[in-house]
Amino acid sequence: MWLSSSEGEALSLSLSVAARSVVLSLPLAILLAWVLTRRRFLGHSLLDAFVHLPLVLPPVVVGYLLLLLFGTRGPIGSWLERVLGVELIFTRNGAALATAVMSFPLMVRAMRISLENVDRGLEEAARTLGAGAIDRFATITLPLMLPGILAGAITAFSAALGEFGAVITFVSNIPGETRTLPLALYTALQTPGGDTAAARLACISLALGLGGLLLSEWFARRVRLLLGR
Amino acid sequence: MLSVTVKKRRGSFALDASFELPTPGVVALFGRSGCGKSTLVNVIAGLLDADAGRVALDDTVLLDTERRIDVPPERRRIGYVFQDARLFPHLSVAANLKYGERRAPARRYVSLDGVASLLGLGSLMDRRTHELSGGERQRVAIGRALLSQPRLLLLDEPLASLDAARREEVLPYLETLRDQLAIPMVYVSHNFDEVLRLATYVVLMGSGKTMAQGGVGDMSLNAGLRSIVGADAVGATIDGRVLGMDASSGLMRVQVGHGELKLQAANITVGAKLRVQLLARDLIVATQAPQHLSVRNILAGVVTTVTSDDAESDLVAIDIGGTLIMARVTKAATRELALAAGLPVWALVKSVSLRSHSFTAPPAISIASRDA
Repeated sequence: MWLSSSEGEALSLSLSVAARSVVLSLPLAILLAWVLTRRRFLGHSLLDAFVHLPLVLPPVVVGYLLLLLFGTRGPIGSWLERVLGVELIFTRNGAALATAVMSFPLMVRAMRISLENVDRGLEEAARTLGAGAIDRFATITLPLMLPGILAGAITAFSAALGEFGAVITFVSNIPGETRTLPLALYTALQTPGGDTAAARLACISLALGLGGLLLSEWFARRVRLLLGR
Repeated sequence: MLSVTVKKRRGSFALDASFELPTPGVVALFGRSGCGKSTLVNVIAGLLDADAGRVALDDTVLLDTERRIDVPPERRRIGYVFQDARLFPHLSVAANLKYGERRAPARRYVSLDGVASLLGLGSLMDRRTHELSGGERQRVAIGRALLSQPRLLLLDEPLASLDAARREEVLPYLETLRDQLAIPMVYVSHNFDEVLRLATYVVLMGSGKTMAQGGVGDMSLNAGLRSIVGADAVGATIDGRVLGMDASSGLMRVQVGHGELKLQAANITVGAKLRVQLLARDLIVATQAPQHLSVRNILAGVVTTVTSDDAESDLVAIDIGGTLIMARVTKAATRELALAAGLPVWALVKSVSLRSHSFTAPPAISIASRDA
């Protein structure tokens, strides 16, 4: 293996953090995509804007806000630690939370597009066939928005691998715990003689990103073919 | 008995409809596009809310705005065949068919095998829905609705998006459905030929209102029909009885009123019900018993009314023994023959211009009532 142990560690940590972040945000993203597409209510635009906020805010600001909310003395962070014993600061779970928040808008966006393409007439048909609300969602809506869910998950996973600003602000840069690929790359650049390591890490990031996008496209094509569209 | 009363406003459009269907039977909601037929059907299904109204099937009240009863569509047990089929694209034909069956109550009156043979679906089971032709899609949609064991079947222009050949492919299945399953059906259409072939009861609709309703025979003579089907399609529709084959001519003898028609029809058993359409424009009226003519059908009767149809022609209604037929004649002919109520006349029509549809009366026991 041409990766040093610390670089390999950064790669596997990145994959672990990205996977956690996707698992964490998937159910909430599906729910929000459904609410934003199918429901009209007071504060709809505000909620929509709030979901998209991480796209336009500097990542450092997101990290800082997370510190305020989820820090040991923050309102949510102290509760999590006291009741569930979950520590977020300086841990990989914290890194996962930061990347989840940052990639959340991408995930919701992909799901909304596919949900908007789901023919509501099909849900009506299921209704006349005796399917209640949850039944309809599980057997008709969810399978038909699957391309969007997969695309959203893969895009979010790829983006999570590369999240830098929010992670370093929220959980710092601790080798083996929060030093993901981009943080390792940044550290290598700061270290004298770290150029080749930085180049290797950049190549890995590039390959992972490209692979993710291609995989997402391939999935979408497969599903379209399966549905005959 | 299906009884429906619905009031609904939607912008400038107002629906104010009311009808009662003796069950079992097929009621055709007939009218031009945009007259509110689909809206009415969606209210019956529960997919649209009514401002005020009542929908009841036998003793089951599905909607009663006064008593604040509104059974949600998923619990109404009303099958719905949409114009665009709405098959689930992620499921196979078999899975589509089973979707409603799995959610139906334990007591079933049709099985998957029964529906498959009734609608000829056996060879389609493993196909994906996008591989089906338009006619096949509608047959699967009908089967899927039936398998949910509905108390009532709504069909919203199920043939409107099909070409003439596909339509001919599906229509016989609908006739089989009517004759073999005693399920009450509401059939929405703007095609009068479909109505003539399928309906036992007709509701004429125009701009959101139910204008007239009754048996197919009565409705075919209704004055309101002309504005929908046009002057050339006006004429009596009579349910006659097959008497037998006329050996010399090879034509079928059918009793209508006191008279008899000879027409071309195949594979009809003696005693069967045959629905015959006599277009007003095809009928000739004589005031003396005609002789030496090639016309095979001469019906003796008495003029009951003469009404003006347009600037040049009159419609003459003739009683041929408890049954009315209608002939279009020029106003000049009305004057010269002195056609007026009470005058004995003979109506002549060529066998080749008669159209007929076989029709078996639905079984006496309603599935819906047996199930309830």
